[in-house]
Order: sequence, then C-alpha cells, then structure tokens
Amino acid sequence: MENRSIVSIADYSTEKIQYLLDMAAEFERQPNRTILQGKVVATLFFEPSTRTRLSFETAANRLGARVIGFADPKITSGTKGETLKDTIKMVSNYADVIVMRHKLEGAALYASEVTDVPIINAGDGSNLHPSQTMLDLYSIYKTQGTLNNLNIYMVGDLKYGRTVHSLLMSMRPYNPTFHFIAPKELEMPEEYKEYCKANSIRYIEQQDFTEDTIADADILYMTRVQKERFSDLMEYERVKDAYILRADMLSKCRDNMKILHPLPRVNEIEQDVDESKHAYYFQQAQNGLYAREALICDVLGITLDDIKNEK
Amino acid sequence: MVAALQNGSVIDHIPTDKLFTIVKLLELEKCNEPVTIGNNLESSKMGKKGLIKVSDKFFTDEDLSRLAVVCPNMRLTVIRDYEVVEKREIVLPDTLTNLVKCANPVCITNNEPMKTYFEVDKLKELVRCHYCGKTQKIGKINLL
Repeated sequence: MENRSIVSIADYSTEKIQYLLDMAAEFERQPNRTILQGKVVATLFFEPSTRTRLSFETAANRLGARVIGFADPKITSGTKGETLKDTIKMVSNYADVIVMRHKLEGAALYASEVTDVPIINAGDGSNLHPSQTMLDLYSIYKTQGTLNNLNIYMVGDLKYGRTVHSLLMSMRPYNPTFHFIAPKELEMPEEYKEYCKANSIRYIEQQDFTEDTIADADILYMTRVQKERFSDLMEYERVKDAYILRADMLSKCRDNMKILHPLPRVNEIEQDVDESKHAYYFQQAQNGLYAREALICDVLGITLDDIKNEK
Repeated sequence: MVAALQNGSVIDHIPTDKLFTIVKLLELEKCNEPVTIGNNLESSKMGKKGLIKVSDKFFTDEDLSRLAVVCPNMRLTVIRDYEVVEKREIVLPDTLTNLVKCANPVCITNNEPMKTYFEVDKLKELVRCHYCGKTQKIGKINLL
C-alpha cells in the first residue's frame, strides 16, 4: 500500500494544497461527523505540546474516531530505553493513523519508513510542522480569498521561528512579497533569504516596526521575541519592547489586513489589539481544527467526495 | 623505489595533507600484504601528491565511497597479472548509506540505532541528511 504519511508539505503541488484547503472548508461548514467511526487515531507526543495535541485529538473526536496515546514522554517506554522504531511498530498494531510530535529532527520521516500506518508529523524539533503551516495557509486563504500576490509581514523572532520558515517556503508558488521585521540578532537566516532569491520571491528587510512600516500589509504574522534567544542581554533589553503590536499602530493599515500568531502569545500583541477587527489569532487556532480534520482524513485515503457524500 | 605490482590497487593523486587520513580509512595498518605509501611526490598536475600501492587488495565500492567523501577526484588503478585492468577517478556516488555521521546533534540518526542516508549535491559540493535536511561540505565531513 502507498504510504500516505504527511511529514512535510513543502513539496505539495498547488493543486494538492487547494484540495486540502477545500477539505478544511468543508469541515468548517460541518466539523462534527462520523466519517472516522471505527478508526483509532494514536497521538504520540514524545515532546509535550498541549495546543497541538488538543487540536489533533479534538479533530479525531469530532469525526467519530477513538483516540489513544500519550501526552508526556516521561510515561513512555522511551525512558526505559525503547527505540522510536519499536514504539512506532508497537502502536502500529493498534492504530489506523499515528500523529506524532518529537524533539528530534527527522523523527517523523524515520517513523514513516518503519511502518505502513500513515504518520502525521505534528512537529519534529525545529524542523517541520506541516499542520501548523496548513492552518496558516487556510487562515490566509479564508481571510484574503486567495493565496496569490499578498504582502506578508513577518515580525519578531525570524531566526528561530519554525512557523515563519515553513510559511515562507509554502508560499513560494503564490507570488508573495515578504517583509521581514526583526532585531538584528533574530533576523531571517541566510538560507531562507537564499531560498527567496533562488525562487524569485521578493523580500524587504527592516528593523523598524511602526504603523507606517506595516501600512501595506495584508497579513501581519507576529512571533514572540524570547529572552533566551539572545546572547547579548543588553541587546534584548534594548529591543524587547520594539516588536510589540499595540492597537494604536493599526490606524493606517489596510482594511483586509489580518494579524496572525502561532500562539502562545505573551506580550508581543497587547490585549487591546484583541478587540480589533484585524485580530485573527484565535480564529486561526480554530482553523487548526479544520485543517487537522482534513489532514487526518487525507492520510486515511478519505477523499473530499467521500466527505461530501457521507450520509 | 617500488616494485611493480603483480596484483593489487594503486590510489594516486592524493592531496598530501589527506594521505594519512586515507591510510587510516583503508585500515592499511591491519593489512598483511606489501603496502607502499609515498608522500610529497612530484606531480605535474598537483605539484606534490601522495600515493598508495597495495598488493592483492581490491577495494569495494563502499571503501571507495568513504574515500571520495573525504577527498574527491583521486585516481584508482587496478592491476592483475601486471596489466592495468581498470583506471578511473574515484567519484562520489549520488547517495551515501551509513557512511556519514550527521553534524546535527538533534538529528534522529544521532539518537536512534539506525542507518544514516545522505544525498550528494556534487555541484554545490555538499551532502544533505535525508532525515533532518542539514548539509555538510564535502571534504569536511565526519564519517561514522
């Protein structure tokens, strides 16, 4: 049988992405179904991640599947020295699909090679997190009506932010213009700028984050500037308040502009922004549910037609 | 200086600073057949070069891949009954299975009993880990 695992969506065609977006939209129309009745979804979180796990488990439950798994690596036999391969092989006997999160890079790809049960990568270290990318794409598509020709502003920690790197690569076919707004120490790594150049993606780098510099944004993708990322704490103190979004910075922005954030937020978006029509980060998290319903069905070989025709 | 080989292999065009690495990789210290190792020999192409001759030894493709990872473009000559039966550059294969250690400490291959697998980009002169995607420059690679 063909292995339908989702380890990365970086190589997906625009048709496949559109198909998954359409499937997510169908689930948004009706999130509660029975199409996974009789199926068992395993959620193996070798590294804790409450938001992602709850989102996947909710997706499985709302489609009628049963969920098994663990949320904390301390209770797995990995602590007794069991290899990842053995854990995956064992769980493959019980589950129809395995959703896994692991702190090691490449863990999901390796898991997909040792079992016939489809794997969904729910994050492998700082490497890939395709379901987050999928929900980001769905949020952009839903709010802008298209993925094409958008001005996407990425703000904050662009050096370590896995979500911004994945989003950047997944937007490649859609002719975006990126603005990278970050302190010097956390600017977009060279390899991603090279990626943009190699793929003729326009980008502008800047350090100023003001109402004027964000006036032309269609999407404002905020991330957290974390203290532990700085080697120079003086530098952190200098820039820590420079990348905080306040409601009064939104007066000049485009009507269609939406603010995204992978969450958790700490203080990089002030509470008064939540009331703004531009704030979209909580709906974005809700979109994660629909995107993950689509991913689980896709790896199980359930098509959009199957979903639409379900009685 | 060196008697002609009746049967065996010659590795030529070895950069002088890589000679002893190559000797170690081939585990020639364990070899009981006659071995000749020369360094700083004159070379019209390279200025100076290293050279290794081993009697009655025929290297496997895997042996040669290991060498190419450390140093591409050396030359192999295979001799049988005093005749040269094969002469070619030692080139890197397109993929390397279980030869290279990933430089990324949080790569799954460094934490799980499993084979490593690298794709070779000859144009950019680097190898890319199939699992974590991290790259290493050819010539600065750690072998397993």
